Amino acid sequence: MRSNAAEYDLIAPGTLDGVLSAMAEHPGALTPLAGGTELMVALGAGRLLQKSFVSLGGLKELRFLDDSNPEVLRIGAGTTFTDLRRSEVIAREFPLIAQTASWTGSLANQNRGTLGGNIANASPAADTPPALLAYDAAVELISVRGVRTLPYSEFHLGYKKTALVADELVFAVRLPRRFAGYTQWVRKVGTRNAQAISKIAIAGLTRVEDGLLYDIRLGAASLRDRPVRLTAVEAALEGRATTDETIRAARAALVGEVAPIDDIRSTAKYRVAVAQNLVEEFLRSV
Amino acid sequence: MNPAQEQIVGTSPLRKEGAAKVLGEAKYVDDLSLPGMWFGATVRSKIARGRIVSIKFGEEINWSEFVVVTAKDIPGTNTIVHLIQDHPCLADEFVNHPEEPILLLAHPDRARLPQAVAAVKIEYEPWPAVFTIEESERMDPIVWGEDNTFKSYVMEKGNVDSVWDDAAFIVEGEYRTGAQEQLYIENNGCIAEYSEEEGVTVHGSLQCPYYLHHALMVAFDLPEDKCRVIQTETGGAFGGKEDFPSVIGTHAALLAKKAGRPVKICYDRGEDMAATTKRHPSRTRHKTAVSRDGKLLGGEIEFAIDGGAYSTLSPVVLSRGTIHAAGAYLWPHLRIRAKAMATNIPPHGAFRGFGAPQSLFALERHMDKIAAVVGITPEELRRRNFLHPGDATATGQIVKDPIDMNAMLTRALEASDYHAKTARFAEENRTSTIKRGIGFASFFHGAGFTGSGERRLNSLVKLEVNPEGRVVILVSSTEFGQGTNTILCQVAAQALRIPYEEILIAQPDTKRVPNSGPTVASRTAMIVGRLVERACESLVQTLQTGAELKVAYTSEEFRQAALRYLAWHGELHASARYEPANEIFWDDENYRGDAYPAFAWAVYVAEVAVDMTTYAATCTNFWALQEVGKVLHPVLAAGQIEGGVAQGIGYALYEKCVWKEGAMANNQMTNYIMPTSADLPPIHVLFEEIPSIHGAFGAKGIGELPMDGPAPAILNAIEAATGIAFNECPLLPEDIFEAMTGHNGGSEDLDPAVAGPVFSGSTS
Amino acid sequence: MATQKIAFTLNGNGTQVDAPPMRRLLDVLREDLHLTGTKEGCGEGECGSCAVVMNGELVNSCLVPIAQTQGAVLCTIEGVATSEGMHGIQKCFLQRGGAQCGICTPGMILATTQLLARYPEPTEEQIREGLAGNLCRCTGYMRIFESVRAAAEDARL
Repeated sequence: MRSNAAEYDLIAPGTLDGVLSAMAEHPGALTPLAGGTELMVALGAGRLLQKSFVSLGGLKELRFLDDSNPEVLRIGAGTTFTDLRRSEVIAREFPLIAQTASWTGSLANQNRGTLGGNIANASPAADTPPALLAYDAAVELISVRGVRTLPYSEFHLGYKKTALVADELVFAVRLPRRFAGYTQWVRKVGTRNAQAISKIAIAGLTRVEDGLLYDIRLGAASLRDRPVRLTAVEAALEGRATTDETIRAARAALVGEVAPIDDIRSTAKYRVAVAQNLVEEFLRSV
Repeated sequence: MNPAQEQIVGTSPLRKEGAAKVLGEAKYVDDLSLPGMWFGATVRSKIARGRIVSIKFGEEINWSEFVVVTAKDIPGTNTIVHLIQDHPCLADEFVNHPEEPILLLAHPDRARLPQAVAAVKIEYEPWPAVFTIEESERMDPIVWGEDNTFKSYVMEKGNVDSVWDDAAFIVEGEYRTGAQEQLYIENNGCIAEYSEEEGVTVHGSLQCPYYLHHALMVAFDLPEDKCRVIQTETGGAFGGKEDFPSVIGTHAALLAKKAGRPVKICYDRGEDMAATTKRHPSRTRHKTAVSRDGKLLGGEIEFAIDGGAYSTLSPVVLSRGTIHAAGAYLWPHLRIRAKAMATNIPPHGAFRGFGAPQSLFALERHMDKIAAVVGITPEELRRRNFLHPGDATATGQIVKDPIDMNAMLTRALEASDYHAKTARFAEENRTSTIKRGIGFASFFHGAGFTGSGERRLNSLVKLEVNPEGRVVILVSSTEFGQGTNTILCQVAAQALRIPYEEILIAQPDTKRVPNSGPTVASRTAMIVGRLVERACESLVQTLQTGAELKVAYTSEEFRQAALRYLAWHGELHASARYEPANEIFWDDENYRGDAYPAFAWAVYVAEVAVDMTTYAATCTNFWALQEVGKVLHPVLAAGQIEGGVAQGIGYALYEKCVWKEGAMANNQMTNYIMPTSADLPPIHVLFEEIPSIHGAFGAKGIGELPMDGPAPAILNAIEAATGIAFNECPLLPEDIFEAMTGHNGGSEDLDPAVAGPVFSGSTS
Repeated sequence: MATQKIAFTLNGNGTQVDAPPMRRLLDVLREDLHLTGTKEGCGEGECGSCAVVMNGELVNSCLVPIAQTQGAVLCTIEGVATSEGMHGIQKCFLQRGGAQCGICTPGMILATTQLLARYPEPTEEQIREGLAGNLCRCTGYMRIFESVRAAAEDARL
């Protein structure tokens, strides 16, 4: 334990309004802490630079799964990965999210980690964002000024940079409920079978009509400085059938639109090659 | 034998300290506190090699609250003694590896130490350093001694220069293994006390109380009776707490002396991984002469290990690796040249297997290569070359065990359905994206100290009877999960013919227990167990001759006799000192003779699946067959094999140390990959038992054997699955990718500058 | 910075501490409340030896700031046995070799309580997944799985 906990402060207003007011008072002075599965690791490692925190723990206003609207499912930012795994509507309509939630850390960390915290942390290796991108998610961001919504694809601005302004919180993730009948696929490649940070992860959705792929959407982790849609690959496949030729084209398109790195877990060349293989595996499974 | 007394040896009674463990009541060192205790931390070198130019204490800290210890505070010799005295306790003017300890700090508030450590600013004059065996071999720079070589051996049998001309095949190969972190779940830690009257006392998580005891004597210049070491409940060790506690224990003691109060030092995971010992990386080169029909005619083996910056135990690791390099085969002629090289990396040390996993990895991979060159199966090659009883090993030791390795191989291959699977996988692999393979390794492992080592250790075991008439075993052998307490009490129970539940074993405390040797080298059941057996026999004799104990007695009669004896004489002891069972001839100069008192023999079979989409290999099934003499406690014994196999699987496929300028860059559990419960295959454990004359009730050593087999068996299986010969472990998907596609991007290219996980908000 | 009064139920007893709000639950348990059964193996939520049960869920106490335990119901290894003796899970770990060095055992046993609460007749896969967040370096997991199966079996009888 490399930090002195006495040097840190955490307030817990207990309501969402209370939290937002506190954050608005001195924008940027307070860092939200939800499940703690990222921030507390930094604390233990002596790398937590912020000193003042506001707790999102136990906020009922953030922990919900609202399926009342037949067109949009809203997932509260305080929903834990365990909640996601246990949700029937998610299992039925957004199975990729049930899958990726099950790959996120360990059970103990899934019980605490939240969807909002995960996307706000903005690791390019996070497991669920590729599925969110494939599902065309949107995010609701909330502050004392109200709620604004933007496409999730516009939420990540760069490496660990998000569109959140200083006094804003992720409020909810919105998922369009239009993927019934789509072929859905996701695979994560990690350093081991459980408790692994991804080397690459790809989520894929497509509608198949007469053997042709429509509305094909591919989300990827660990291939750029943020989770991305593989739009060039999608373009190479849209309206086409799965053939050796289209697979070749898809593989080639992928190379141009990713920029993975060598890091402590894996190498750029490996990531590109395996990403290509994953895309091919998805296509052949369709 | 009292007919009412059941045979306890060979059954599985409850672990002596097991109840406390499952209740969460067992006290490990960080669970303990002494009155007035402070906490200690270590200021460490940030460079690999160089001169310390200046040390400045940052003004943001109130240093008057701290105790600071430097090399100048060391009362005796500034060294941590292992085999020689090259290892400084604290760096004085020069540093030779990242994380080298320079200063020690103590403070009453544990939470204040990390900032204080960070506030000590040290300026260095960096010097060129070496980080690999090859760089060290170039001897530019010389970083240790005259030629960067801690130790070298030449071991010869016959005349290998004579074999090459007649060889039908000459097979060469080079094999490498990486460092491996022991990763005990309890980090290194200790609490030290000092007083003028008592001297130094250290309580700690450790394997060898008397090693630390000796280190304290030298560093403090204190006599034997002014140094005391007490082992606390130890949460895993695997060799990682064999020599390293001498470092942390001496450090805590120095702080305790200067502070005038007890001091606890417990490392966190990052520090433990970065700064303490690991398994020695190795490079082995084989050149083998083989006859047309696949008989080994002779071979030259070059075996090199990377010892890190100081000698520590490298000569002994080298020794064991050298002796095991020829494996379980008959070599008519052989020359092994072995050396331990110095590099500017934190010193490597003991880890289960101690050199043998390294050299046996090479040999068992090389045997599969020889088979392929000769054109016979791996199985057939082994059968044509196994040692048989009466054969001479590479050191000229005559195999006395009635071991039948052919039968062992048959049994292991049958149990694993090896032949059918080999055929089926070959067929299925043609069209599957998951390539499957099955492979095996056949090997042995010497138990006990090499050669005359046990005689030099001169181990002593005592029994004491307490005022209630209960027998207490006094040994320096430590429990750290492998079952020392339990098996020694079983042996005593059987030898004394009283119930296991009534036998006590003392906490290892050098003030109370004799030196029964270190808890290493798979020697506890065999050597120490046998001494316990003999001491028990002696105790029974004493009571029969001196307290009217009958020939056949109940446990209550035994206790009454003991109480009688105590009433008459005041105390009741028995002891036994090591005597070899027969003459052991060992020539330490030429490495010839009886290398070990006993060998355990094994055949391990691994099944793998290699995913062509991700290039990841996983071990999907595993069989471990071994002959280990008498199995004293089936559950514990199987547990040792399963745990060792799991570590071996980690060694083969997951556990890569990533280095940056000599420092471990992946010193976190997130990035040093140990198998989880979701990664390991079913491990099937099978035993053959040929009782040995050496051990208690015929037991031989078992603890390290399971480390030797998994890595070569797995890589042999991967070759069967993919057709590619991989000769380095750990073998990561990135390495398989590189070999299959001809791209760069193997695990040598992992970039330690980009670490992970990255922490929210704390990076810009 | 200031400390806060945090009240929670611990092993059935109402408990209150006065601590910096970001102090780790692990440190409050071990150092302030002297319940040393919960262990620190890694400090980063990877090894599971610090696992406790909070509001009916397994959590890694090295990652929980004490302020977030306000009003919570906590159970540590010290609360697993009852006045009648060892929990069935503890007995099985003891009998089946599920504990070697014992340092991972408290977290492993708590993980098992949660696993069996959710899956009273767990499959092999459910056991592997249920314990994947608890690292054991000694056993190779085989005897832990056996202990869990035995505990499930015993609970059924």
